[in-house]
Amino acid sequence: MRDKIIHAIFDDEQDVLKVVKELKDNNIVVNEVYSPFPIHGLDPILGLKETRMAITAFIYGCIGLSFGGLLIYYIMISGVGKSWPMNIGGKPNSTFYHNLPSFVPIIFECTVLFAAHLMSITYLIRNNLYPGSKTTSPDPRTTDDKFLVEILYKEDKNNIIGLLEKSNVTEINEKDES
Amino acid sequence: MQKESKIRDPLILGNKTYHDITRDIARPVEGKANKYWWILFSLAAVLMLWGFACMAYTIGTGIGAWGLNRTVNWAWDITNFVWWIGIGHAGTLISAVLLLFRQKWRMAINRSAEAMTIFGVAQAALFPLIHMGRPWLAYWVFPIPNQFGSLWVNFNSPLLWDVFAISTYFSVSCVFWYIGLIPDFAMLRDRIDKKLSPMKKNLYGLMAFGWSGKAKHWQRFEEVCLVLAGLATPLVFSVHSIVSMDFATSIIPGWHTTIFPPYFVLGALFSGFAMVETLLIIMRKVVNMEAYITIKHIEYMNVIILFTGSLVGVAYITELFMAWYSGVEFEQYAFLNRATGPYWWAYASMMTCNVVIPQLYWIYKIRTSFVATFILSIFVNIGMWFERFVIIVTSLHRDFLPSSWTMFSPTFIDIGIFVGTIGFFFVLFLLYARAFPVIAQAEIKSILKSSGSEYKK
Repeated sequence: MRDKIIHAIFDDEQDVLKVVKELKDNNIVVNEVYSPFPIHGLDPILGLKETRMAITAFIYGCIGLSFGGLLIYYIMISGVGKSWPMNIGGKPNSTFYHNLPSFVPIIFECTVLFAAHLMSITYLIRNNLYPGSKTTSPDPRTTDDKFLVEILYKEDKNNIIGLLEKSNVTEINEKDES
Repeated sequence: MQKESKIRDPLILGNKTYHDITRDIARPVEGKANKYWWILFSLAAVLMLWGFACMAYTIGTGIGAWGLNRTVNWAWDITNFVWWIGIGHAGTLISAVLLLFRQKWRMAINRSAEAMTIFGVAQAALFPLIHMGRPWLAYWVFPIPNQFGSLWVNFNSPLLWDVFAISTYFSVSCVFWYIGLIPDFAMLRDRIDKKLSPMKKNLYGLMAFGWSGKAKHWQRFEEVCLVLAGLATPLVFSVHSIVSMDFATSIIPGWHTTIFPPYFVLGALFSGFAMVETLLIIMRKVVNMEAYITIKHIEYMNVIILFTGSLVGVAYITELFMAWYSGVEFEQYAFLNRATGPYWWAYASMMTCNVVIPQLYWIYKIRTSFVATFILSIFVNIGMWFERFVIIVTSLHRDFLPSSWTMFSPTFIDIGIFVGTIGFFFVLFLLYARAFPVIAQAEIKSILKSSGSEYKK
């Protein structure tokens, strides 16, 4: 049997927190919460894992650091540097470490460039955000002032409605009666 | 739930609901522009076109169209460049550093401050571009394999550091700004009142990237904003440090100073906040955001201006002291000449506008007045332009060889390009104020119930 859906709409984020906790305590499946802004404290109640965006940024930063370092090493020291020996500020370009202080700014900029851009791209891909992508929110008011809790159930509908009616719910919409 | 002390001043005035915030922030986008907008826009557009004409003339005839001479071979171009870059810095400070410090008052102003950053850096980037003489060869500054044999850019040069720093800064600022804009574009897309034409609605739909506000998406959103803030913070300090190294790594007396990086960064924040105030004091009136950009926001910014202005003052005095203490006569003369030479008036304007005038902010009545703040912010903008002019031109105009001592006078092309960038900047900002959500509404909604005046009773 297909899951049926109830959309419960709230006016205040505190009510959402209370209701989601109560539903979860009663082993009811809360599929999704749509909100106009982040609700702090909701993630652990919904059972969402911590996001790994920061870890990706660290990895991308390391890639940027290596890229910057290698780029400069090739251009200034190893490859092309050998065919054009230069001596800038008393520091001959035959060794990387002698010249390193003046390479730090660009290596740093490469680190930030890679970390920021690649993390943002990862974020867009993971959230399925791209020009032309369609919103999955069932109610357009969720970007304005309404908070929508999507509940999946198979049969114990009256129990869910009962729980919701005890809270400050403003609307209960049954989506799928099949 | 976030808690906030009752005695803390509210950041959102009036009896607002979430829906009121949506409506207020969508209003400038959905409504028609008023008379003042059109007047300002026309004025700015005229200046911009004049600037473009001067730029075209420069490119057509060469840098000789400017007032530069053999002694003063860097003047308004680099002055304007550093000034615009500096203005950009406040935007990143507000959106990144204040986010890390969890300052809630940043939420009402970060969107516009970041817009200012992006538009300011775009103006700054124009100057090196025109200065190249042949801007269509601008890609030569990037390390790309080419057909000239083993000719590469020089990674030891601060000018190349600048290329990397500014392109990174510009692109990261754009990304940071856009990530924050996505939920707000979604709000415009989903407006039920349907005041927008279908074409505009589709456009906002396209720009909203299909945002739906799921819990997991918000979780990632917050983390990404935090990490971007963490990345942008050292970035913003590095950018102006590197700009200062364009001078500090040279051997010109007056430039060859280790104090330059912190001194430039502070000056940048100082001038940037002044420009944010100039813009926001006008904007809050023109697009009716009085409830969100309150006198409290202005006061906080004034405190930062007072603090950075005083530190800039300390830097000026340290420079003078170190010139004397170094015992190097060239260094000593450079500073003596700055303060008492033929450009004494520029030095005096800089000192008055940057050190003396901001001290008025110790007075509560002045730092909590919109009119006084607006006037003082203009002084700071002028003062910071003079600071760059003083550092650059007075250090060059009397160099090691007295027979080549000379003065600098800008041509009408110099002036035209500078005025043109101001016009271009305002054109971009005015268009932004009509087409973008000028306040980060999702963030403002999240603090409504802790910092809104109605909920503090």
